[in-house]
Amino acid sequence: MGLQALFFYLFAFVAVASAFMVIAARNPVHSVLFLILTFFNAAGLFLLTGAEFLAMILLVVYVGAVAVLFLFVVMMLDIDFTELRSGVMEHAPIAALVGLVLAAELIIVVGGSVISPEIAKTAAMPIPPVAERTNTAALGDVLYTNYVYFFQIAGLVLLVAMIGAIVLTMRHRPHIKRQDISRQVARSPETAVEVVKVKPGQGIR
Amino acid sequence: MDSFVTSYVWPAAIMIGQSLLLLVALLIFIAYILLADRKIWAAVQLRRGPNVVGPWGLFQSFADLLKFVFKEPIIPAGANKGVFLLAPLVSVTLALATWAVIPLNEGWMIANINVGILYIFAISSLEVYGIIMGGWASNSKYPFLGALRSAAQMVSYEVSIGFVIVTVLLCVGSLNLSDIVIAQKDGLGTMLGLPSSFLDWHWLALFPMFIIFFISALAETNRPPFDLPEAESELVAGFMVEYGSTPYMMFMLGEYAAICLMCALTTILFLGGWLPPVDVWFLNWIPGIFWFVLKASLVFFMFAMVKAFVPRYRYDQLMRLGWKVFLPISLAMVVIVAFVLKLMGWA
Repeated sequence: MGLQALFFYLFAFVAVASAFMVIAARNPVHSVLFLILTFFNAAGLFLLTGAEFLAMILLVVYVGAVAVLFLFVVMMLDIDFTELRSGVMEHAPIAALVGLVLAAELIIVVGGSVISPEIAKTAAMPIPPVAERTNTAALGDVLYTNYVYFFQIAGLVLLVAMIGAIVLTMRHRPHIKRQDISRQVARSPETAVEVVKVKPGQGIR
Repeated sequence: MDSFVTSYVWPAAIMIGQSLLLLVALLIFIAYILLADRKIWAAVQLRRGPNVVGPWGLFQSFADLLKFVFKEPIIPAGANKGVFLLAPLVSVTLALATWAVIPLNEGWMIANINVGILYIFAISSLEVYGIIMGGWASNSKYPFLGALRSAAQMVSYEVSIGFVIVTVLLCVGSLNLSDIVIAQKDGLGTMLGLPSSFLDWHWLALFPMFIIFFISALAETNRPPFDLPEAESELVAGFMVEYGSTPYMMFMLGEYAAICLMCALTTILFLGGWLPPVDVWFLNWIPGIFWFVLKASLVFFMFAMVKAFVPRYRYDQLMRLGWKVFLPISLAMVVIVAFVLKLMGWA
C-alpha cells in the first residue's frame, strides 16, 4: 500500500498546486496549461481508485478536446489582464460564498459515506469487484441496459445543443464562391470544352 | 525489508530495464525509418538520396543527430521561454509514452492494461499540445498559424479514428491490445473453412475502415498530403519556424515516433499484429516480433510512398474530407457493423 499512498500524495499535491496556479498565473495561456496539468493528475487519481475507464475518458474528452478549444479561444483573445484583475476584491465575497457552498456539499457527501458506510450499499447498482468485471464492461452493463433511455435522452440534449450552436452562428453570405465537388466531378470534356475549327484570318464569332 | 525488495525494487528494476530496451530499439528503428523515408522519396524522384555517410548512407540519421545536438539552441527574444522549451519535450515524451502498451509479440509489452487502446487514443490526442504550445510560445505569425491549423486538423481526424477503433472493438469485444490481435486468429477465412491465415485479419472484413484509418493516420501525424501545419510553401515551416538544434530535433523525433506508433496501431488493429500470414509450422517458428516489424514497416512504406506521390491538400478540402466524408462513413459503419454482429449472433 505504501507505493499507492506515495502516488496518491504525488497526484493530489500536483493537482491542488496546479489548480491554485490556474487562478494565480498571470498569463491566461499558462492558466489553461495548468488546468490541463490538473486534469492529468485527476486522471491519475482515478487510476489509483481503479476507475481506469473514467481516467482515459477524462484524458480523451477533457484534455484532448475541450481543453484544446479553451486554449484556442484564450490564445485568440486579446485580454488585458491587469484590467481584469482590478475587480478581484469587489467579486471576492460572492466567490467566497460560492466556494463555501461547494465545499459544504463536498463535506456532506464525503462525510456521509464515512459516518454511515452502509449508505453506499443502498445504491441501485452495486459496483462489481474489479477482479470479476472490468469497469469498462460494468459501466456498459449499467448504461446500456437499465439506463438506456436516460443515456439516449442525454445524447439528444447534446445533439440539440450542437445544432443550436450551429444555427446561431451560421451566416449565409450570398456572393461567395464555394467548391461543389459533385459538380466538378460531373464535368466532362463534352460539357466543358467546345472544339472549334478556326479559319485563318477570320477568328471566332 | 526482504519483501520490500521483492515486491517493489525488483518489479521496478525490471520495468525500467524493459523500458530502456524498448526505447533504444525504438530510437534506432526511428533513425532507419527516417533514412528509409528519404531514400524512398528519392527513389520515386529518380534521385539517390543520402548516400555519403557510411555505406549506402546508412549512418545519415546519426550524423544528423550529432549535427542537431552540437548546434546552438536559439530562443527568440519575444518567445515565452518556458513554454517554448517545454513544447518539444511534451511532444516527444507523449509520442514515446504510448509505446508502453504496444504488444510486439505475445506477452511482449511493458504494461498489459485492460484499456490499452483507450490509453493510446488518449495519449495520441494529447500530442496536439506539443504543436499548439510550440506555435504559441514562438510569438511569431507563421508558427501561430501553423499551430492553429494543426490543432483543428488533429482534433477533426481524431473523431473518425475514434469511430474506426470502435468498429474494431465491436468485432473484438475487448479494449486490450493483445486480445485485439488474438481475436484476428479466426475471422472471414476460417468461416469459409480455410485454415487461419491473413484473410482472417480485420483489413479484409473491415476494408473501408482500414482505408479510412490509414488516411486519418496520415492526417493525424501531419504527414503529406496533409502536412498543412508545416506547409513550407505557405508557412515557411509552420509551427517549427523558430526552432533549431536540439528542440527542433525533438519535434522531429516526436513526429516520427508518432508515425511509427500509427504504423504499429494499423498493424495491431487491421493486420493481425504478431500473427504470421499463414498458419504453417515454419512461419510459426519465426518469432512474432519479426512479423510485427515487417508489417509495420510495410505500412510505413505506404506512408512514404503517399508522401512522394500525392500533392498537398488545400485546407478547406482537408476539413471537408474529415467532417463530410470520413465522419458520416465511419459513423454509418459503426451502426452497420453493430447490426450485423447482433443479427448474425457473432457479438
